Amino acid sequence: MAELEGIYTIWLRENKRFLRYRSRILTSVVTPLLWLLIFGTGLGSAVRFGNIPGGYQAFLFPGIIGQTILFTSIFSGLSVIQDRQFGFLKEILVAPISRPSIVLGKAIGISTTAILQGLVLLILSFVVNVPMTIPVLLASLVVILIISLGLSGLGLLIASFTDSMEGFNLIMSFIVMPLFLLSGALFPVTGLPSWLQVAVYLDPLTYGVDALRAIILQSSAMPLHIDLAVIIFFAVVMILISALVFSKKEQSLM
Amino acid sequence: MEYIIETTDIVKKYDDFTAVDGVNLKVPKNSVYGVLGPNGAGKTTLISMLCTILHPTSGSAKVNGYDVVQNPKEVRESIGIVFQSRALDDMLTGREHLQMHASLYGVPQDVREKRIEEILDLIALGKKADEFVKTYSGGMKRRLEIGRGLIHHPKVLFLDEPTLGLDPQTRESIWEYIKELNQHQDVSVLMTTHYMEEADKLCDEVAIINQGQILTADSPKNLKRELKADTITMQVDKLEEFTRLVEDLDFVKEIFIKDSEIKLMVERGENLVAELVNFANKNNIFVYSIELEHPNLEDVFLKYTGRTIQGER
Ligand SMILES: Nc1ncnc2c1ncn2[C@@H]1O[C@H](COP(=O)(O)OP(=O)(O)OP(=O)(O)O)[C@@H](O)[C@H]1O
Ligand SMILES: [Mg+2]
Repeated sequence: MAELEGIYTIWLRENKRFLRYRSRILTSVVTPLLWLLIFGTGLGSAVRFGNIPGGYQAFLFPGIIGQTILFTSIFSGLSVIQDRQFGFLKEILVAPISRPSIVLGKAIGISTTAILQGLVLLILSFVVNVPMTIPVLLASLVVILIISLGLSGLGLLIASFTDSMEGFNLIMSFIVMPLFLLSGALFPVTGLPSWLQVAVYLDPLTYGVDALRAIILQSSAMPLHIDLAVIIFFAVVMILISALVFSKKEQSLM
Repeated sequence: MEYIIETTDIVKKYDDFTAVDGVNLKVPKNSVYGVLGPNGAGKTTLISMLCTILHPTSGSAKVNGYDVVQNPKEVRESIGIVFQSRALDDMLTGREHLQMHASLYGVPQDVREKRIEEILDLIALGKKADEFVKTYSGGMKRRLEIGRGLIHHPKVLFLDEPTLGLDPQTRESIWEYIKELNQHQDVSVLMTTHYMEEADKLCDEVAIINQGQILTADSPKNLKRELKADTITMQVDKLEEFTRLVEDLDFVKEIFIKDSEIKLMVERGENLVAELVNFANKNNIFVYSIELEHPNLEDVFLKYTGRTIQGER
């Protein structure tokens, strides 16, 4: 009971923080729209993309949702670094609440903000002429939740090994951008050179984006149940590992 | 005597460097206990171990009867902490900080709102309570942190340099508050400071720490008495003659001349003031002023460490 309340408290703070940084909310909607409208239209006019009604822009739509979740989840996870710098993490870590609850509260909080962003983007589907129904919308939100839990777990894990925001560029170049580019958000993942194919299938976000395509466009590279199995597995493992690391490393986090 | 905090040869090493070096601390229940020492003495490190933030390299500590390594959760439930460095979230309001803390520490729902109101009254944030912390002054932030540390009615309150960097007025009001708290609630306070005045005014007992070791621990009064040195400062009309005369008095241990003043180091100065005035009159020397000063903790510190506490600042 006390643990549940602890999880709730941390979840609440995460959401308050998100809603109070107005600029972050704005960019989290504007950036994906820029991708869809400029990159989508630009590349869409250059390549033939016959197999999906709505063409490349429609194909890109689930990918850009995946990208938005990726950035939000990882960066919110990394906000733990800031909490540590401002000393606030100490206040949370000396509270009589278990470390796994802290990780869980954080991850669920981040996923909630990811769902809010996902919801806005899904509602904007008409911009790229993708039809949207309530069942599709709800199913997509479930997938978004699962992906976001895994990625925020990853973000928290990275944060627990990073002392300052100086490592930010490294994380950007070596983790976030590869996860994004390899996920098939921008291109179909079938018929690639084999080295790229392997890398693409190692990226957990690939399965998240593919699941969203299966639900939104009814067209995917892999069966939906495999996508779901992989992202659920990824989420569980990431949350468990970061809970473990937070428990083990608590001394060096404070 | 019942002790709320007890450490046994507690040691903390950072790599090769020993920050806390075999400290044995006994803090009586319901007291205000001060740990006084210069920068880098190991005060924060000591407190961090007692708060379960750091594991001791060796030795052990009990807080409220619980071992800090074996039962960290029980220790955390018993304590409130005000860290030396700020631990607030800029994007939350003062009230939200209190709410968050209350639920993390499991303050029962039915008393929560009442406690929050009480604390808000106490720390006097006024309308600011519902504004973001980023708009607070340093003193307001400090008051909020102290209030937050109290909201779950801890058995032990740790204050790491509670008034560092505050203006004298705010400092006084925080002192008042800590005193009142200790008198009216069942809470023991362990505070660190390097302000002598703070330790002197607030603490029932003071431990002097330097380079990770406790040099001595006693009530401020006893610590000062041990020095056996009061200072009597006088201004007289014939300074040189008077100086020659007092040199022959038994009870004068040392004499310093500074500008037009003469300073006499004596024991139990309160008995000697009248005697000195009479002595001067008898020798036809006129006394403009005479002043008695007891030693302060600064002098105690000087005696034990051979340097002043601000020396390293
Ligand atoms: N993480 C750390 N790694 C290495 N050395 C450390 C670390 N933290 C503290 N120290 C060293 O341990 C010693 C004690 O530090 P501590 O912060 O406990 O001092 P303090 O008495 O609280 O000083 P202050 O009055 O400045 O707050 C210092 O010499 C400091 O340099
Ligand atoms: Mg300190």
